[in-house]
Amino acid sequence: MSKKSALQEKKPFAITLDVGTSLLNKTGSWRTSRPVYVDRLPPCNNACPAGENIQAWLFEAEEGNYEAAWRKIMEENPFPSIMGRVCYQPCETACNRVMLDESVGINSVERFLGDQAQKYDWKIAVGEPTGKRVMVVGAGPGGLAAAYHLRRFGHEVTVFESASKAGGMLRWGIPKYRLPREKLNREIDRIEEMGVEIRLDTPVEDLKAEMEAGGYDAAFLAVGAHTPKTLEIPVSGDTPVIEGITLLRDVELEQTKYLKGRVVVYGGGNTAMDVARSAKRLTGFTPKVIVRRARERMAAHDFEVHEALEEVVDILNLRTIKEIKGNIFVLEKMVPDDSGRPFPTGQFEEIEGDVLVMALGQDSELGMLRNLPDIEIKWGVVSVDAGMMTGHSGIFAGGDMVPSERTVTTAIGHGKKAARNIDAWLRGDRYQPAAKHQVVTHDMLNTWYYSDAPRTVRPTLEVIRRQSGFAEVIGDLNEENALFEARRCMSCGNCFECDNCYGICPDNAITKLGPGNRFAFKYDYCKGCGMCATECPCGAIEVVPEEI
Amino acid sequence: MPQLPESKQKVKFYQTGTFTVGNRLLESDHRTVQATIDRSNSLDSGHRACQGCGEALGARFAIDAAMRATNNQLIAANATGCLEVFTTPYPETAWSIPWIHSLFGNASAVASGIAAALKVKGRSDVRVIAQGGDGGTTDIGFGCLSGTFDRNDDVLYICYNNQAYMNTGVQRSSATPAAARTATTQPVGEEPGNVFNTGKSVPLVAIAHQIPYVATASVHDLHDLELKVTKAMQIRGARYIEIFVPCPLGWGSLPGDTIKIARYAVECGMYPLIEGEYGEITAVTKIRRRVTVADYAKLQKRFAHVFKPENAYQLEQLQAIADRNIKRFDLVYREGDES
Repeated sequence: MSKKSALQEKKPFAITLDVGTSLLNKTGSWRTSRPVYVDRLPPCNNACPAGENIQAWLFEAEEGNYEAAWRKIMEENPFPSIMGRVCYQPCETACNRVMLDESVGINSVERFLGDQAQKYDWKIAVGEPTGKRVMVVGAGPGGLAAAYHLRRFGHEVTVFESASKAGGMLRWGIPKYRLPREKLNREIDRIEEMGVEIRLDTPVEDLKAEMEAGGYDAAFLAVGAHTPKTLEIPVSGDTPVIEGITLLRDVELEQTKYLKGRVVVYGGGNTAMDVARSAKRLTGFTPKVIVRRARERMAAHDFEVHEALEEVVDILNLRTIKEIKGNIFVLEKMVPDDSGRPFPTGQFEEIEGDVLVMALGQDSELGMLRNLPDIEIKWGVVSVDAGMMTGHSGIFAGGDMVPSERTVTTAIGHGKKAARNIDAWLRGDRYQPAAKHQVVTHDMLNTWYYSDAPRTVRPTLEVIRRQSGFAEVIGDLNEENALFEARRCMSCGNCFECDNCYGICPDNAITKLGPGNRFAFKYDYCKGCGMCATECPCGAIEVVPEEI
Repeated sequence: MPQLPESKQKVKFYQTGTFTVGNRLLESDHRTVQATIDRSNSLDSGHRACQGCGEALGARFAIDAAMRATNNQLIAANATGCLEVFTTPYPETAWSIPWIHSLFGNASAVASGIAAALKVKGRSDVRVIAQGGDGGTTDIGFGCLSGTFDRNDDVLYICYNNQAYMNTGVQRSSATPAAARTATTQPVGEEPGNVFNTGKSVPLVAIAHQIPYVATASVHDLHDLELKVTKAMQIRGARYIEIFVPCPLGWGSLPGDTIKIARYAVECGMYPLIEGEYGEITAVTKIRRRVTVADYAKLQKRFAHVFKPENAYQLEQLQAIADRNIKRFDLVYREGDES
């Protein structure tokens, strides 16, 4: 008390109150709406068929933490090195950076991370043994992904594969120039090293009997679609007719002596493109691709068509093959109606060719299900519920043999989803996926803050080199430009600690919690102006009305 | 396990570069003072400025940077105005620095006096700032300000320009832009809003005094602002910095848009960011993503009348002013410029 009176004695004339700090004035009471930190769903994550948390692993890669980034991918997808080569990149199509300059090269960074993992031999731990045994049929991307995730849950997994090597369509359907085999083998080896048994040359004839004999608690089916669809074309003369999928398999086995001269490919899908590009490499002649539909309606992905055209492949759109007379192929011209469906015109033309390759799509071989009548097969594919389970409890299915997009990434996503559901089912539970956050649209971002930075384009092999060999077409990013590319990520909807909110609050009403811990609002002082939300570059602050 | 080579330092590019306040990927000495946990918060919470006040923001930006540059040896004299009223309702203060308020028009004279007293006492380590709004600077305190420049007193004068007398109810000042609505320039009659071809640019007037340093800055570009304040504090003699601070109340804008409006003002050319030394313009901050005056004006009710068809000529004249600034100060990148 004596201290205070001493202060009072010192006060100048007419001063009666002690000086106080404005901190006593809680301006938070002015507020009618409050800012809150949110984590929204980046469009890349939302678009990924394998459910990768892309923004999160790019966040790690931005700091050069490549192993942490790789481990983030491995939580969802066991094949970054493969994904970075064969994925159709729906993430990049969805990327918000398109509105600024170009999408982030997510795929090339993923490939870089996958290759780093192979170079440094990073490993994944398996879960505590559960004593449960799961049978997986098919060692393609879907089956292997399921086996991988089931091992991480601690279940014992045996994979049955009818072919002589594991990989499925990754090996038999995707040419070497897109996926070098040492990369593929290494990714599969890692799964085997985790204790997954893969039985090669072991087709499953009767699933029910096999499950009972092996004492399996559950099964995941991912046999793919390998049986070529057929179409009757009258052929006179000895022009060979080959199935596209068979040809790709023979390319893999290097048994393609029969492929000589001018190749004509029938079909407009990705298989047709792969066949044509392989034929160009093997024969040296320019292959002709006959496609019933118009260019913009072709089933093949744009970039595949684009790369094929670059390598000089003739694509004849709006044509069907009517008949083959020796070396003469009779084509009928088609015309699309308003909805784009092609109709025959009755006008014909002739081209010359030496070999016909049919690439009209594939069906699944489902004979092993004959003793399981509660599994429904519709339009040649198996019906499954939202948890990938068939009509028979404990038997799950995914990949090309269920209704789907039929891409590698989708199959991998199915494998993961099925593994999670199988794990829950084995524990007598039901898997509950986490609720999805709001997807970030471009208008939620404040892009003024992002530096202008064009995409690092991966070097593509010079066209002339790739026409004559099976060397990989798309080159690698090196460490420096991979880091550059990762740092182009705008971190949509997820705080990346740019300090903007902390810096620009006129009321100093935000606490910075330090690296990795983000920020907190001081609601005692926040007046609710909302500037932090407007100036947040990545849309991670939302303003909500106060409850009154 | 083999370690990956440390490559972080080699890569020059950082996600948002230096446009955000901080950014975890930046070296700490490339981050702003505002990004640091130990910034001085010279103007602290609990002040009574309106929601989204640009002046409160600009003042903390500038004084925190000056505190850092002077090792916290700083005294500020304040003119009458919003900044004085909302920070120091007796007996409360939001300032955590030695601070004095005297009259509306004499802030620079008070600061000159403090500087003279410090000189007598031999305290060259303590630096002096005078600050005020555009009313206290461009109108009422203009004579004293010119005197401080004339004597080249060791004072940094900071003007927070919100383009009118906001404290007393939004009356026109000599910094109010053409066409803007204020309480004394109503949007009625043949020439609605503030009259064209009036007012003055005190930054250019200050440069004409041939003082060591003059700069304009804006609350939207913190790196630029802090750089200018820091530079000013490294120079002795009279210095002048004008900071563009939008006023949601007086301009009729959303409180959350304050920084956006400041950004648009600069990027449409209406408020050029320049630096001058000893009578010469020595640097300009180029426009990064150019916008039109209409983009800028439509965020503010004080310009609402220029969007009426009969007043379209006013918008055109405003755009002409911006275009003239861009040409005069060379504000856009041209081919070959390093961006």
